[in-house]
Amino acid sequence: MRAMKKILGYIVLAAAALTFIYPFLWMISASLKPENEIGSLNLLSENFSLKGYLAVFTQIPIARALLNSIFVSTVSTACVLVFSSMVGYALARLRFIGRDTIFNVVLLTMMIPGQLTLIPMYVLIVRLGWADTYKALIVPAMISNMGIIIFRQFFRSLPQELVDAARIDGCSDYGILFGIFWPLSKPSLITVGITTFIGSWNEVLWPLIVIRKWDMMTMPQMVTLFSVGGLAGAQVAAQMAAATMLALPVVIAYLFFQNYFIESLALSGIKG
Amino acid sequence: MKEAAVEERQQSCFAKLKREFRSSDKVGYIMVLPYVLHFLIFIAYPLVFAFILVFCKWDIVSPMEFAGLRNIERLMRDTTFWTAVTNTLRFLALHIPLQIVLALLIAVVLNGPIKLRSFFRGAFFLPFVISGAVVTILWQQLYSTDAGVFNLVLTKLGANPVPWLTDPSIAIYSIAVMATWKNIGFYIILFLAGLQNVPRELYEAASIDGADKSTQFWKITLPLLSPITLLVVMLSTIGGFGLFIEPFVMTGGGPAESTLSVVLYLYKNAFQFLRMGYAATIGFALALMIFVVTLVQRKLLDVEQPY
Repeated sequence: MRAMKKILGYIVLAAAALTFIYPFLWMISASLKPENEIGSLNLLSENFSLKGYLAVFTQIPIARALLNSIFVSTVSTACVLVFSSMVGYALARLRFIGRDTIFNVVLLTMMIPGQLTLIPMYVLIVRLGWADTYKALIVPAMISNMGIIIFRQFFRSLPQELVDAARIDGCSDYGILFGIFWPLSKPSLITVGITTFIGSWNEVLWPLIVIRKWDMMTMPQMVTLFSVGGLAGAQVAAQMAAATMLALPVVIAYLFFQNYFIESLALSGIKG
Repeated sequence: MKEAAVEERQQSCFAKLKREFRSSDKVGYIMVLPYVLHFLIFIAYPLVFAFILVFCKWDIVSPMEFAGLRNIERLMRDTTFWTAVTNTLRFLALHIPLQIVLALLIAVVLNGPIKLRSFFRGAFFLPFVISGAVVTILWQQLYSTDAGVFNLVLTKLGANPVPWLTDPSIAIYSIAVMATWKNIGFYIILFLAGLQNVPRELYEAASIDGADKSTQFWKITLPLLSPITLLVVMLSTIGGFGLFIEPFVMTGGGPAESTLSVVLYLYKNAFQFLRMGYAATIGFALALMIFVVTLVQRKLLDVEQPY
């Protein structure tokens, strides 16, 4: 009975795992197959080729989109880490007028869904002359409420003696934050960093609205438009190749840092 | 007399503020400055602007016109908008139960003495990490009527192929299944964390009292997990109202508006029909619905907290 149950458990898990992994394998396989072989469950073919990928590279500036995405996501994440930890530090360890008000505003504005301000944000970006620039993608994403809350919570848990000792040594608040608190907050930095980077990397709606020029597009936006806009036509292999290239960087990072990803995204998902 | 007193009070108030400012950590003001600027420019200003837009007619090109309550009246009468809301509810009607049952089942199995636990956990979480664009482009092919994987399996089993994305009575449910597949890993992790917090003594006491495994599940595990179940319901509801990329890529809202989501309708109004005022009105209606759902579920969450 016990053994039966155990086997049943493994069957459930294996079937589930297969449904989660098989589609991705199918995607990679389809990206390598000639069109007439794609409609098959078989993952292997004797006619594998890179034609789909070639089609992508010749029809859209995908390499440029990859660089755009890397640049935008990296800069936004760096800014979020610096600014959110600065605000988190001030809210956690300093005394100044309006501190509690600001914290309440952070908590309150977290509940505002992004779709509410979508239209005015678009108008603002156009008026600032930021449409079709990196600024439109980076500046509004430079600070994160979730980041502020995570940093504030962690910084409050650090002992006051650390701060006092550093002050005696003549350390400034910036010195304390970046020289003493940062090295102690690796888990918080990783959580906020991974969440921000993945969120930025996967974002489609905002780039779709503020970027129209092909050479300024981020990768998810370009891959989406390639599939939807009819550019790819009936070339399923090319569509799958574009999708595979979009997924690949995240999958590789995920394979190496799986546990960090799961903990970070689960934690920030609950808070956010 | 009275004026003098008021003035005095004002002065003392001012002096108090001055004292407070002097004794405060000045660097704090500089450190929160990025947030304050960000808040004013990218949150407060757009919010006010969105609110003004609700009462305006505006196509971005020509000057704004005051429209009174016409946008709101239009929203009430707009059958397409209510179709989008209904579509969201149809989506949630399948998505939420499916998500909870499957996530809970897998979490319970994973919580047992299982080898390769981190491999399985990793596999289930993978789609959650990957861009919605990839998932929808991929599933569009899997759902393809002629050559999609689902229909290939069905025809192999002797069944008829199903028009997953082209039949108006099925399409939104196909999207709901895909969304479940994408997000379930996240909810498995939540349930798993909840399961690990259930005190072992409870099970021991129950088995001494002669309760079998399934009774233990229904009487101990499930009630103790109810805060997490509600969290799952809340997060999936918010996610459901935010549905955009899925219909945008897979169906464009069709067939016959059966997969049109509220956000997609907002997007179309703003950027295809250039009805900015009306799009902003839809945005407010959406925020209001999310707010009400959150409020109701928060209330339930407080009441049913068993700890």
